[in-house]
Amino acid sequence: MHSVEKALRKVGAEPIVTSDPTDLASADAVVLPGVGASDSVMNALNTLGFSSRVKEFAASGKPLLCVCVGLQVLFNSSEEGELPGLGLIDGNVLLIPTGMTDELGSSMKVPHMGWNQVHFIGDESQRNPVFKDIPQDSHFYFVHSYRCVPDNTAEVVATADYGVEICAAVARGNVVGTQFHPEKSGDIGLKVYENFLELASGTARV
Amino acid sequence: MLTRRVIPCLDVDAGRVVKGVSFVDIRDAGDPAELAAFYNAEGADELVFLDITASSDARDTMVDVVEKVSSEVFIPLTVGGGIRSVDDMRRMLEAGADKVSVNSAAVASPRLIADCAREFGSQCVVLAMDVKRVANPVISDIEGYGNVPAEAFWQVYTHGGRRPTALDAVKWARLATESGAGELLVTSMDADGQKTGYDNELLSVISDSVTVPVIASGGAGTLDHFYDALVEGKSDAVLAASLFHFGELRVAEVKSYLAERGIPVREV
Repeated sequence: MHSVEKALRKVGAEPIVTSDPTDLASADAVVLPGVGASDSVMNALNTLGFSSRVKEFAASGKPLLCVCVGLQVLFNSSEEGELPGLGLIDGNVLLIPTGMTDELGSSMKVPHMGWNQVHFIGDESQRNPVFKDIPQDSHFYFVHSYRCVPDNTAEVVATADYGVEICAAVARGNVVGTQFHPEKSGDIGLKVYENFLELASGTARV
Repeated sequence: MLTRRVIPCLDVDAGRVVKGVSFVDIRDAGDPAELAAFYNAEGADELVFLDITASSDARDTMVDVVEKVSSEVFIPLTVGGGIRSVDDMRRMLEAGADKVSVNSAAVASPRLIADCAREFGSQCVVLAMDVKRVANPVISDIEGYGNVPAEAFWQVYTHGGRRPTALDAVKWARLATESGAGELLVTSMDADGQKTGYDNELLSVISDSVTVPVIASGGAGTLDHFYDALVEGKSDAVLAASLFHFGELRVAEVKSYLAERGIPVREV
């Protein structure tokens, strides 16, 4: 979360890190980062009163960027926990299968940790503005043990290969989510925040 | 395809990077932020900062270092050295570290790993272990670990390699990951500083015993050592310190070598 804030500052935003859900109403754009288990994130969102505010914000049409577990909690449910997700994107979150072997003969570890190539689906001109000018198959930094599986495959805008297909980015209208961490993906990652900032007219909340 | 990671490690003493060389493009080889930016530009996939500050009152300087580096360089940052509690880890994470490594304190109190994992998630918790080969292992100590060669037994040391423990490295690796460590940083004390290659036998035994990524450390001297640690040693990442600091090899050079030999790497 601190890294998201620092990355946003680096690209010229004035982020406000808030634990007050009413702040969201006045924000031009919101970043929902997430670290930790999905239940603890959902618990925090529910307890602090963020869940309904995030849904309202998503419905407002303003840009919402969700990162990692922040993306996973948009779904209906997760194998990681008991609590239902926000349900902003239809689908489920499943554990990455263990026991696979990679091309070097090493066992593939869970968490999926490190830099993986992100392949954007479809024509570049049709690409979601958050990912504009990002070269095809750029490397981004991932750390996660669960993968998102949207019901509507058209909402998957980018994938990565880790034995199974990893849904790397999701978009449904103004709601965009990345499984990877743009704030940890060097210059190319900062470009994502720069693009996101362009969509917002002013401040961004995290 | 997930790439293998190349990670420079920087030793920090009272806020300054020690044992470095002045690269042409660097003004101050002791400045952590400047070195971090340099390695980032070279294509380092992550950075490890190890606080070797002896006196605890100088520890706060490490928080400032982490704060500064993470505001400038946007690749994963692991911080270790002197982390004794959940609160120590919290301070580093709040300062901008992505992962924090524990070593001696986790051996003294293995619950620390579980406590930190519960609080911050396994992905933040790196177990660092300093390991030495035992010349004449007691076979019964490695029973139940079928893939451990009978002649091999590795002992865990703490306190910067000064204090031996009764722990077997493979058992400790398993216990730590079961407790919630999300990654292992395995340093061979036998190989460290020798430039004769990583202890690939140790690395592959540990890598086969756990489901989390393993970072190889200690022994890199030539380009093929990195390759061997990834293939024979089955490591997920390779770490080196002085080799990079003294400019004997460059990060970019290591990565293009690995790419030529068919290892997936992120080239910048």
